[in-house]
Amino acid sequence: MPLRGVPIVGGSQPWIQWSWVEHHWGDIGSALGQHVELTLIAVGVGFALSLPMGLLAWRWRRFEKPVYGFTGLLFTIPSLALFAFLIPITGLGPTTAEIGLVSYTLLILVRNIVAGLNAVPGEVRDAARGLGFSRTKELVRVDLPLASPAIIAGIRLAVVTTIGLVTVASLAGAGGGLGTLISVGFQNNFRTQEVLGAGLSVLLAAVFDVTLVVVQRFVTPWAAVKGGA
Amino acid sequence: MGHFISQLFHWYTTGSHWRGSNGVPALAWATVKVTAEAVLIALAVGLPLALWLGHTGRGGFLAINVTNVGRALPAIALLVIGVQILGIGEAPALAALVVLSLPPVVTNTYTAVRQVDPDAVDAARGMGMTGTQILFRVELPASLPLIAAGVRTAAVQAVATVTLAAYVAYNCLGSLILQGLSVNDHVEVVAGALLVIVLAFLTELGLAALQRALTPAGVKVAENAFATTN
Repeated sequence: MPLRGVPIVGGSQPWIQWSWVEHHWGDIGSALGQHVELTLIAVGVGFALSLPMGLLAWRWRRFEKPVYGFTGLLFTIPSLALFAFLIPITGLGPTTAEIGLVSYTLLILVRNIVAGLNAVPGEVRDAARGLGFSRTKELVRVDLPLASPAIIAGIRLAVVTTIGLVTVASLAGAGGGLGTLISVGFQNNFRTQEVLGAGLSVLLAAVFDVTLVVVQRFVTPWAAVKGGA
Repeated sequence: MGHFISQLFHWYTTGSHWRGSNGVPALAWATVKVTAEAVLIALAVGLPLALWLGHTGRGGFLAINVTNVGRALPAIALLVIGVQILGIGEAPALAALVVLSLPPVVTNTYTAVRQVDPDAVDAARGMGMTGTQILFRVELPASLPLIAAGVRTAAVQAVATVTLAAYVAYNCLGSLILQGLSVNDHVEVVAGALLVIVLAFLTELGLAALQRALTPAGVKVAENAFATTN
């Protein structure tokens, strides 16, 4: 019987050593908390930047190419290289992590915002204008609500992608979160931490994804009729 | 800043950084080789599976949702768990790359086949084509652009992931970044990062050209390659 909460390492260790988990709830919880915080800030800031860019590209066609070009360029940069590139400028820490994470959400969010807005039927917009809606009122009351399923689909994709990328930030020494659990597990050859880091990342993604599907149903009750989401 | 750039220039012009098993050409080749292997394996496995799912219309919801949540499976976790099973080096790198390359190939192929104009399929059936003929002569050609987009996504993502495989002792361009980080040598970190970025852009541009070449005349390129379908 091994000592409780003391890692068993080496070839014959189990994939999960529950006694270690029981004794380290605090560490696991704080890694998870950091992961959630980094993800939410990244997607929040990403959305705040993407909405004006998306509106720009949608309303004035000549901005479409530069917006897609810029966000596509950022999206193509391999994550470790981007974080590594930022470290000499912004140092080790959450700022570096967030700049990198935000830049990966932009392409996903902008594309879905533009696709959603483009799909709004012309008749509906004509009707809104016929009712005397101003352009702003039409945008807020007609275009954005009708585009929301595509926008929320983009947010789902951005959240899930970000959850996976946070671990890369911690490998570069920036941020923390579940990636720290994985890399400490790797350095000590302790499977429990590796499996826990991976499992909790996927679980977190699934929880966020399901939550956003529910949110989508709630804000677009008309879509449920077609069995959407 | 000017000083940093001149140091960077010095790094790139130092002959020893370009020779031997730790030189830039060897590291770049190691990155390209395992990327190509992984994408080819993912195509060999994923393409027939997704074509069949798309052609029959079965299992699509599951396939897309599993691959969607699978995006959150951190590449690093795949690599370190791969090390527990396969040991360090190329094997866990290749295994992780294949696992991560499958979702874009499967999702894009499945979506592409499902999006083929039903009228075209009906017309083919009316002409007396069998299911196999419809798959290979109607659905597959019409799906090629989106399939190529999936390959492009998979390959660019694979370049990013090989970089991470440096962490599990696969000697590649990412090794420069991690080695630089471990000794706090920012010049080496940025020198390696720039090489990785250039390689990713070359991969993207090369495969974009391939995608254009594969697009049959008259087939419009599907603009949105992201899985917003579910």
